[in-house]
Amino acid sequence: MLGARVVSVSEPQGDDVIALDRAGLRESFRLLKEDAELSFNFLSDITAVDYWKRQEPRFEVVYQLVSLQQRRRLRVRVGVPEGDAVVDSLTPLWRGANFLEREVWDLYGIRFSDHPDLRRILLYEEFTGHPLRKDYPVNQCQPRVPERHVDGTFVDERSHNKLLRLQKSLAKKN
Amino acid sequence: MNADNPELPHEIMELQMGPSHPATHGTIKFNLRLEGEKVLDCDVELGFLHRGFDKSCEQATWTQVIPYTDRLNYASSLINNVGYALAVEKLIGAETPPRCQYIRVIVSELARIFDHLTCCGMAASELGAITAGFYMIEARELITRIIENLTGARLTVTYVRIGGVKHDLPQDFAERVTQTFTTIRRLLDDCDRLLSRNRIFLDRMANIGVISRESALDHSITGPILRATGVDYDVRKAFPYLVYDKLDFAIPVGSHGDNYDRFLCRLGEIQESMKIVEQALRQLPVGPVWIDDPRFVLPEKEKVYGSIEGLMHHFKIIMEGIHVPAGETYSAVEGGNGELGFYVVSDGGGKPYRLRVRPPCFIAMGAFAEMIKGYMVADIVPTFGMINMIGGECDR
Repeated sequence: MLGARVVSVSEPQGDDVIALDRAGLRESFRLLKEDAELSFNFLSDITAVDYWKRQEPRFEVVYQLVSLQQRRRLRVRVGVPEGDAVVDSLTPLWRGANFLEREVWDLYGIRFSDHPDLRRILLYEEFTGHPLRKDYPVNQCQPRVPERHVDGTFVDERSHNKLLRLQKSLAKKN
Repeated sequence: MNADNPELPHEIMELQMGPSHPATHGTIKFNLRLEGEKVLDCDVELGFLHRGFDKSCEQATWTQVIPYTDRLNYASSLINNVGYALAVEKLIGAETPPRCQYIRVIVSELARIFDHLTCCGMAASELGAITAGFYMIEARELITRIIENLTGARLTVTYVRIGGVKHDLPQDFAERVTQTFTTIRRLLDDCDRLLSRNRIFLDRMANIGVISRESALDHSITGPILRATGVDYDVRKAFPYLVYDKLDFAIPVGSHGDNYDRFLCRLGEIQESMKIVEQALRQLPVGPVWIDDPRFVLPEKEKVYGSIEGLMHHFKIIMEGIHVPAGETYSAVEGGNGELGFYVVSDGGGKPYRLRVRPPCFIAMGAFAEMIKGYMVADIVPTFGMINMIGGECDR
């Protein structure tokens, strides 16, 4: 049914694993989800593996699907090259993909096209690099980041005025 | 526009709740948009406890990872140990002896009781039901004592090993468990009377934080939150592992998908877990608790100190780690908060090439905005409490 989009099928340790082509990925998943016979309607997990200098393409995004009716699991692997690390986002199919894809972006630097809100999730915005890549050294230090600018809500304004008053009174004393 | 009183100001307020808020036991930040006390939108900011679990595991040997897994969901560290050991054993292709499997079931269920008691007790005391909270903490303390007696540690236990468990159950284990369960049942009855029909508790829990069945499935939620919506998905029944298929237990499900149903599901699961432990103790077979495979199991101390081969064997396993055949696998267990999955990739060396944990409460936090939209600021506390977010697992 998925036809030419299936790259390979295997069964390591009794798990069902298929490798899918990156092109038309969302349509493939739509088929897996909505086809009455397959009905892999539950997205359990999304993660990635970095095979740096071991295999081409370098990254592999790994999806764990569950068919709740048939009580079956399926693992889907999608190869992603380093130069063009973009995959279709699955958020239109499963909203749960939102956080999981953000995590993969955060830790591996793989982008998800059409993701509604692709920000870092576990790390902070100023973090440079993607730590789970194999070429990211374990002992790498991050530069110190300046304090973030906070927009003046009334709370900040008040505390700011308080600070000014304090400075004034201190100046008077001296 | 405030319909009741048009003269009151009605501008939208932005409020940042957390990351260190006394009512949210866990380091997490909610960026809220409020209209009066109503939550219009909520952006969850997490990662404050991120310590690079995945990256650390890639630096450690397969055995050294076990203490790291303790620190994921530290309220049920035994389940994490079991889940990790099962994933690695699946990759090795080894099956542990029956006695070991039963022991793993027993400790998993003890950890589940611990987890649910923590969650319910904390949630109750945050809503002002301090007494019920203390009763549950007392019950939890009794479980902790059993665990301490068994493993030597109270929280981060590191009891399960790849290919077995650290040591067999102590002599008086079954007796202790029976005594403790009698007390816990009494305490739970008290809590049930104090909470389940309590007006204040019901007002704060019932019909709050509702998520529909479709939406819960759409958000990949598992565990008590999913079961509270009426879906009976439990990894122990759906994909039985260890000896769960030989044990008789039910899966409590709710129907409303609100906080109260989540609470009842967890209380029901405590009862079921106690049944499982009692059955498993009755069925417990005699025999070894380790697989018979010197490639993965440390030699006995007698051989280590008494022969050069034993010493070398010990040294190789400790320094290089056990060699897990190259390959990849995914194995899931039912954790306290839902499906706890381990995706393991090995390149044949002594260290994991990639170790991914599917954290159930991280995924549940993804649906938090939807659960809380339209409710009051105060409803964040019980809703967040019933998700039972554990920083160690959520942020890894």
